[in-house]
Amino acid sequence: MTRFFAWGTFLLGCVFFALPLIGMTEFSLKMRRGEYSFDAYRRVFEDQRFWDTFSYSLILAAATIVVGVLLVVPTAYWVRLKLPQARPVIEFITLLPLVIPAIVIVFGYIRLYNTSSFLPLTGSALGTDILLTMGYTTLALPYMYRSVDTGLRTIDVATLTEAAQSLGAGWVTILARIILPNVMVAVLSGAFLTLAIVLGEFTMAALLNRPAFGPFMQLLGANRAYEPPALAVIAFAITWGCMGLMQLVTRFSKHERAKA
Amino acid sequence: MPKQPGGQRLRLPLEWLGILPFLIFAMLFLIMPTMKIVIGAFQTADGSFTLQNLIDLNTDSIRSAYWTSLKLSFVTALLGCAIGFAMAAAVVFGGIPKGVRNPLVTFSGVASNFAGVPLAFAFIATLGPVGLVTVWLRTEFGINLRAMGFNLLSFWGLVITYLFFQIPLMILIIIPALDGLKREWREAAAVLGATGAQYWRMVALPILFPSLLGTFALLFANAFGAVATAFALTGPQLNIVPIKLFAQIRGDVLGNPNLGYALAFGMIVITALANFLYIWLRVRSERWLK
Repeated sequence: MTRFFAWGTFLLGCVFFALPLIGMTEFSLKMRRGEYSFDAYRRVFEDQRFWDTFSYSLILAAATIVVGVLLVVPTAYWVRLKLPQARPVIEFITLLPLVIPAIVIVFGYIRLYNTSSFLPLTGSALGTDILLTMGYTTLALPYMYRSVDTGLRTIDVATLTEAAQSLGAGWVTILARIILPNVMVAVLSGAFLTLAIVLGEFTMAALLNRPAFGPFMQLLGANRAYEPPALAVIAFAITWGCMGLMQLVTRFSKHERAKA
Repeated sequence: MPKQPGGQRLRLPLEWLGILPFLIFAMLFLIMPTMKIVIGAFQTADGSFTLQNLIDLNTDSIRSAYWTSLKLSFVTALLGCAIGFAMAAAVVFGGIPKGVRNPLVTFSGVASNFAGVPLAFAFIATLGPVGLVTVWLRTEFGINLRAMGFNLLSFWGLVITYLFFQIPLMILIIIPALDGLKREWREAAAVLGATGAQYWRMVALPILFPSLLGTFALLFANAFGAVATAFALTGPQLNIVPIKLFAQIRGDVLGNPNLGYALAFGMIVITALANFLYIWLRVRSERWLK
């Protein structure tokens, strides 16, 4: 009886999750009347704006990952090594982006960094890109920090640092050549999650008026019929790819460790 | 200088320099922007202190936006918790082969991140006026969803769409909690003569209660702050708080910038309450699930 209910619940859930995926795939193939075709995908790929916005978002994602790593790895390392008493403060700050909605944060940016402020970032395209990168870094902060901090837990930070120091390494060398390689798996899994978040992000890019992939998808959705589900299929594939890569690096590292 | 007695104490704060870049970043891009909103909510246009903005929130349109948002977040969090819990329990205890568990967790990771614009497209293609399920029900069974009062671009349409990321989030969080229920507890209850239902009601659920309620709070905040899905689904006309704020930031539709601050401040207060409930309850529940 329990088993019957369990299977029933599970299968109903599967139907709920499968239907929209089937729906968007089927709809995206229906552009040509009376037969299935990849016309919608061809249209999307032929659209220059698709490539422009997509590469823009990719570059921004890369910048976000670099800023995130430079910010999170040294901080998490330092907190573990020298400042365990700062841990509650840092953890609280890294959780804040889950508490404050993205739309409120970007609202603050627009009002704080406008052209008449002390740091007029929204005045130029480059400045706005920097601001958007910082916004994305903020959004990714909770995931990045937790991932790296968990990675640091598995290595003996103090011993590694002392060993490196007695061989004459400075702080930069220690971070770049000892700590970073050791938490690479954590960094990568945080990076892929960041990539997934940035590529699909809509609110911040739209309100800062930057030509990112999210606003492009929204614009296309408001004006076309068959291209949006094709975009949804592409976006789903990208998300799945990012999560798959995340699992892959984690599994890869387990094998490494098992061998050692 | 190091010879003076305070020298030892003077050295200590230097270690804080190591996290200075992080603190500066957090200050510039997280705390100051938020403070700007919070302070702005209590200021008039010329900068003096006032409570008028918060009082002005009490108009029909804004009140109903908050009410719809609260209802939407509450209903999707409740259904997300219930359905996610049922699915997680089915996989962990229901005798479903172990092989489906990992794919389910992986899929949940993907689906909980598949929010926003593409998710709206997927649901339009499925339950929209010419969507797969809508057309299928009409041609095969003669059921006209539209005539029955269902509209994807409405409250319940939004609920169904939000569930697509709420349920997986619940599954991701609750599976480890269910794994933490020790087999011994169930056996001990059985030895003392408890039925399965009694075990759940008197042992398992009280232990899981903080996690359940905590996850509920997280899902609530998750739905409350979401903009992109609703915006791509219904455009700017749906009257929920994040969309209203979006329109306000774009074009000052409320005609008063400081009222915009107050609107955003209200959002912070609500998501903050929900999240602190989550964090507090998670700390409580971790006591049992070690």
